[in-house]
Amino acid sequence: MIDILWPAIVAGLAVAALAGPLGCQLVWRRMAFYGDTLSHGALLGVALGALLSIQLTAAVILAASLIAVGLFLLQRRQRDLGTDTLLSVLAHTALAFGMIAVSVIEGARPNLVALLFGDILFVTARDALFIVAGALLLLAVLVRFWRPITSATVQEDLARVEGVNTEAVKLLLALLLALVVAFAMKIVGLLLITALLIVPAAAARRYAREPGQMAWMASLIGMASVLGGVSASWLANVPTGPAIVATAATVFVLTRLLPARNQGT
Amino acid sequence: MRLVTLTGVSLRLGNREVLAGIDLALDSGHITTLVGPNGAGKTSLARLVLGLLAPTGGSVVRAPGLVVGYMPQRLNVDDTLPLSVRRFASLSGAAATDVDNALARTGVGHLAAAAVQSLSGGEFQRVLLARAMARRPQLLVLDEPAQGVDISGQNALYGLVSELRDETGCGVLMISHDLHLVMAESDSVVCINNHVCCHGTPEAVSVHPSFVALFGDGHAPRATQHVAVYTHHHDHAHALDGHVHAGHGKDCCK
Repeated sequence: MIDILWPAIVAGLAVAALAGPLGCQLVWRRMAFYGDTLSHGALLGVALGALLSIQLTAAVILAASLIAVGLFLLQRRQRDLGTDTLLSVLAHTALAFGMIAVSVIEGARPNLVALLFGDILFVTARDALFIVAGALLLLAVLVRFWRPITSATVQEDLARVEGVNTEAVKLLLALLLALVVAFAMKIVGLLLITALLIVPAAAARRYAREPGQMAWMASLIGMASVLGGVSASWLANVPTGPAIVATAATVFVLTRLLPARNQGT
Repeated sequence: MRLVTLTGVSLRLGNREVLAGIDLALDSGHITTLVGPNGAGKTSLARLVLGLLAPTGGSVVRAPGLVVGYMPQRLNVDDTLPLSVRRFASLSGAAATDVDNALARTGVGHLAAAAVQSLSGGEFQRVLLARAMARRPQLLVLDEPAQGVDISGQNALYGLVSELRDETGCGVLMISHDLHLVMAESDSVVCINNHVCCHGTPEAVSVHPSFVALFGDGHAPRATQHVAVYTHHHDHAHALDGHVHAGHGKDCCK
């Protein structure tokens, strides 16, 4: 059994480790909606990739990155629409066009259910190697620049005066998000990628007293959720993505019910 | 040492000309207080000095490698972000010992492990000051640090800033929220309302009769020794729509 599951498990653990700290930054910056936009845009990327015969993951990375950069530029230029409105328009437009594009593909169509909900059999050994290498590299980048990134998140003006390039930080976070969407797509599925980023971070809030603590706790909770979800998916034959998110959600509920470590905040 | 020089600086935000023809020089060891009515452009001027805004006209020249400490006017840390006082003060990358020393110096060392969201306004001001000082800045910029603080709180804060200036020789740019009450140790006071209306030095409290009348003879020196009155002297007046007309207008900044 393990020889079929190990690519998905290993890839899932690597992505969850990265999703911990990155998810925390998104929660603090209230960018959860941003994740949804990128994942919906990824579907458009998949469809266009299939139509243009571009390799799946590459197409998704390209589509998500273009949206990330596009949003970054748009936010600086227009004022009459709130960011959440803009993101909602973009997310659902991308999803709609993506679904239409997929439906007109003749011949081999991408497996929509697997893409939307994840499928552990979808992850090949080669995928796993690529995802693990990529996720660990991105995690190293995030750890290396954690302090200036967090400073920019807490108060942008102070960070700028102290020498942090806050625009570069915003772009970096957006691109990291785009890449996580591409890596996590096969494991958790496009519909629930944001949940893998947000739910473990939300669960970790209760016990953390420092930003760094919340980050590694979120990683651990995410990794545990991947193990639980993949197991449940294999044993009960339920879709992988929802199983992982349901595990994470259970942990979240437990952290709310159990007494907090300190009543200090 | 000259830290920052503003020459003929103007700033346009949207359709409004917020600042025009501003000349300002900030030197080490020198405390400059900015006063002016709300909407006068004080915070914009501070942001220009800090490099957070670029001027539309004129020039802002900073000494090379200038290290600036900044105390912003408002700072809200979201409840989703767990953050201790020590960690907050260390976000600038200053050495841990410098941070701990700065927290102790500003009188909030005992709060190092407390969550920043649990602090009172006055305590948080001191933490912000500690974060700024831990970097050993050459210039300290404080944006209305005593807003919402009573007179004795203001006095204590101004006393601390004065001591820090004496100890480190840093320059200070302080934005006062009050038109008439400024830090007694200010070396110069600049009144701005889109342009420089007047400038001068503060008067000592003990000399000013109305102040003594308000706070009493015996208490005045100690409780308010760091607070002084600035008397405006304007040769023009501002109309509501912004245009300036010459003439004896004592109410320039009203």
